[in-house]
Amino acid sequence: MEELVVIGNGMVGHRLVEALRDRGGDGRWRVTVVGEEPRSAYDRVALSSYFDGATAQDLSLGDLAGPGVRVRVGERATSLDRGARTVTTTGGTLSYDRLVLATGSAPFVPPVPGHDLPGCHVYRTIEDLDAITAAARAGARTGVVVGGGLLGLEAANALRLLGLRAHVVELAPHLMPAQVDEGGGALLAGLVRDLGVQVHTGAASTAVEAGPDGRAARLRLADGTHLDTDLVVFSVGIRPRDELARAAGIAVGERGGVVVDDTCTTSDPRIHAVGEVACHRGTVYGLIAPGNAMAEVLADRLLGGRATFTGADTSTKLKLLGVDVASFGDAHGRTPRCLDVVVNDAATGRYAKLVLSDDASTLLGGVLVGDAAAYASLRPLVGSPIPGHPLALIAPQGEPVGADALPDTAQVCSCNAVTKGDLVRAIGEGCHDVPALKACTRAGTSCGSCVPVLKRLLDKEGIAQSKALCEHFTHSRAELLEIVRATGTTTFSALIDAHGTGTGCDLCKPAVASILASLGNGHILEGEQATLQDTNDRHLANMQRNGTYSVVPRIPGGEITPDRLIVIGEVARDFGLYTKITGGQRIDLFGARLEQLPAIWTRLVEAGFESGHAYGKSLRTVKSCVGTTWCRYGVQDSVGLAIRLEERYRGLRSPHKLKSAVSGCARECAEARSKDFGIIATDHGWNLYVGGNGGFTPRHADLLASDLDEAALIRCIDRFLMFYIRTADRLQRTAAWIEAMDGGLDHLREVVVEDSLGIAADLEAAMDRHVATYTDEWAAVLADPDKLARFQSFANAPDTPDPTIAFTTTRDQPVPVGLGMPSLRTREDAR
Amino acid sequence: MTAYATEAPTAWTAACPSARLRPDDGVAVLLPGGRQAALFRTRTGLYAVDNIDPFTGAAVLSRGIVGDRAGEPTVASPLLKNVFSLRTGLSLDDPAVRLDTWPVHDDGTTVRIGTEGTP
Repeated sequence: MEELVVIGNGMVGHRLVEALRDRGGDGRWRVTVVGEEPRSAYDRVALSSYFDGATAQDLSLGDLAGPGVRVRVGERATSLDRGARTVTTTGGTLSYDRLVLATGSAPFVPPVPGHDLPGCHVYRTIEDLDAITAAARAGARTGVVVGGGLLGLEAANALRLLGLRAHVVELAPHLMPAQVDEGGGALLAGLVRDLGVQVHTGAASTAVEAGPDGRAARLRLADGTHLDTDLVVFSVGIRPRDELARAAGIAVGERGGVVVDDTCTTSDPRIHAVGEVACHRGTVYGLIAPGNAMAEVLADRLLGGRATFTGADTSTKLKLLGVDVASFGDAHGRTPRCLDVVVNDAATGRYAKLVLSDDASTLLGGVLVGDAAAYASLRPLVGSPIPGHPLALIAPQGEPVGADALPDTAQVCSCNAVTKGDLVRAIGEGCHDVPALKACTRAGTSCGSCVPVLKRLLDKEGIAQSKALCEHFTHSRAELLEIVRATGTTTFSALIDAHGTGTGCDLCKPAVASILASLGNGHILEGEQATLQDTNDRHLANMQRNGTYSVVPRIPGGEITPDRLIVIGEVARDFGLYTKITGGQRIDLFGARLEQLPAIWTRLVEAGFESGHAYGKSLRTVKSCVGTTWCRYGVQDSVGLAIRLEERYRGLRSPHKLKSAVSGCARECAEARSKDFGIIATDHGWNLYVGGNGGFTPRHADLLASDLDEAALIRCIDRFLMFYIRTADRLQRTAAWIEAMDGGLDHLREVVVEDSLGIAADLEAAMDRHVATYTDEWAAVLADPDKLARFQSFANAPDTPDPTIAFTTTRDQPVPVGLGMPSLRTREDAR
Repeated sequence: MTAYATEAPTAWTAACPSARLRPDDGVAVLLPGGRQAALFRTRTGLYAVDNIDPFTGAAVLSRGIVGDRAGEPTVASPLLKNVFSLRTGLSLDDPAVRLDTWPVHDDGTTVRIGTEGTP
């Protein structure tokens, strides 16, 4: 094994080690990664989400350490001895056979007087963000960002989210001069000003001046004016961290950066450089996509491959302060005799420019501001003939470019350098849906802007994205729901006779049962409906492995009086039930025979409980922390809200289970972000997060809306849940539903928060009907002899318990015996 | 109505009143000798199969959802959702697994299961 030392544990260094591992390089290289930051690699592109609720943990790219890979964080490389092939770090000396410089870059701070005063910051690392946050919390009211580029605008948004009045000072005549032309920059400035950020363009900063306390207090401008401020963030550009290479005599570029050839090798054949520290053909790339491309090339080379890096696309699409900005190809129109086609619509806040070849036949590049939806289809067209009239491509109602128009060499995913050809091949090899394409090619796994194109490619390749529920219905769940709603169908038999074939199965029957229940069709065990219900719904309790049931009394928000707690204990004792505390702040009573359920429910109902939904595709629990009721950090009444939410949404049938939690402050003790809808208290109200889950693929929920009062919050959740119920597929959890949605979270926010489809009132009315018609399902069974008849051991011997059920004692409690573990492959496994 | 006796049963066990067994529904029936049948009425007929799910050992099949696979009447176990033919008792997931079946008769008043002679 040879020693590979990687200096720098940023995104590109991380990608290099991943790429080596993916190619099976762990047998050839022993890798040591040295990173000076106190944590392992994180997603710097998403850094500003740190101010929007993301934690350092969320941003982490994961731990690289494993067989053959050591990661040393908090350790800085200080010198390089190329003769001895060693690198000295603050933690010791490492020998290498090959060395990779992935040191990235550092923010450039212009040497104006006062640039190093207390109160002056940069914007690059999580530590930088923590320092800015601390300054804001210490009472800062106003902040100035020097630099109106991409990072400067992100920094301005961060200040805004921290509650500061934000100014942006840009030397160039317009914002984002590197990506956007003057027209786009002017429109962008207008949109940014609308958000309350003051924009000063063509403004040169000459000095930072201190106040009486010695901290930065004003920024002096070249025109003689000044801006009063409490803090200054410098974000005027970056400089490659090439000092190690310079000191060791490795060639560096005129304007910095370690010179590399097309194999990412420096002037020393044993030393490579990738990412923002590398200078390739005179260019230092400050974007992640070229860095990733270099990492892939170098990984290939380190394993004897022949890959080359010949330059990269600097196209970008991002959302800054909620404004879409994209630029691609020759955005500035530097090609000789090129033509522009421009739509500059100040009325709707959209700017779009296409740069075309002199005969207007070939797309060379473009700029989109305000609405970048066309980016995914336009960017891969760069260098190709344009289909139809150019104006049609950027007109407000422009049709998306067909996947047909793309040549095979067109890069569909520029973040991961995946071409249309790669994707078509992957589809041919059996990747038949978007998740499979993502896993196989990595396309769509970074910024996600190309996902709509992936769908169109699947369509074009004739992969019918079958939504058929099962062999009995060709419809998707959402389509069936619409049929049931439109036709007023109230029974499964009527539905299958009119719209399906055969007699149904264990897939379509519960799905239709759920639809009927979601639309309000009385008790779920009424008449034919009883025969449609899945295992647990069929007897309103959780069936366990030996055919007995567990009962989980509803304890809204997890709040319970001692007397009621004693009732649960007495019921468990009297019926001999195994008792365990659940993860959902309830108490689970196991081992009830079918025929015992009514008697158990009777006892619970008498004590004021209802047996709860710990089962079924329905609302489970709304967990809470104690919030302002007890906690010295709480800022809102999380228990009260959790109880009101659980009582509002209990019994709601949905495409999959629904979990929720309410945390009373940002410490998030209720783990709300692991829920389908989680609520976290802020000083001003509540933040609503959606699309989280635990389980096999854990996922944190994303912020949908912030600082809502309770009424607005409930309206928002009403709409979210009803929209989910109406449009999701069978067994599609909220996270997968949002991911599969065209436009994803942004679209969901438009529908739910901004009511872009005009259906909010209808969704709210549907939820109001649910709340108004909710009844205790278990008490209703006790009141109806017909339904009670379902709870018998044997039709011909109702007093005889099932003789196959037996218990033994483990840790002083009854547990099932005699059945052994299921040994055969099940259908669920086989899927 | 009589279902799937390969030879005439010599004794019948009363399972339940006819009205108790509703369409597409099932009940558990205790047979002489301690075995249990899962008794179903579907759109295509009456069926009785062993109530014990061979994949889990639990006596739960009477609580499964009935339906069809390509026309073959089926019940799905409520535990791990393995599917069985109601006609033959064969597992549609694993052809080596088969449930015992019994003939069923409904005279309009009482549903009965034939318990001797087969199987």
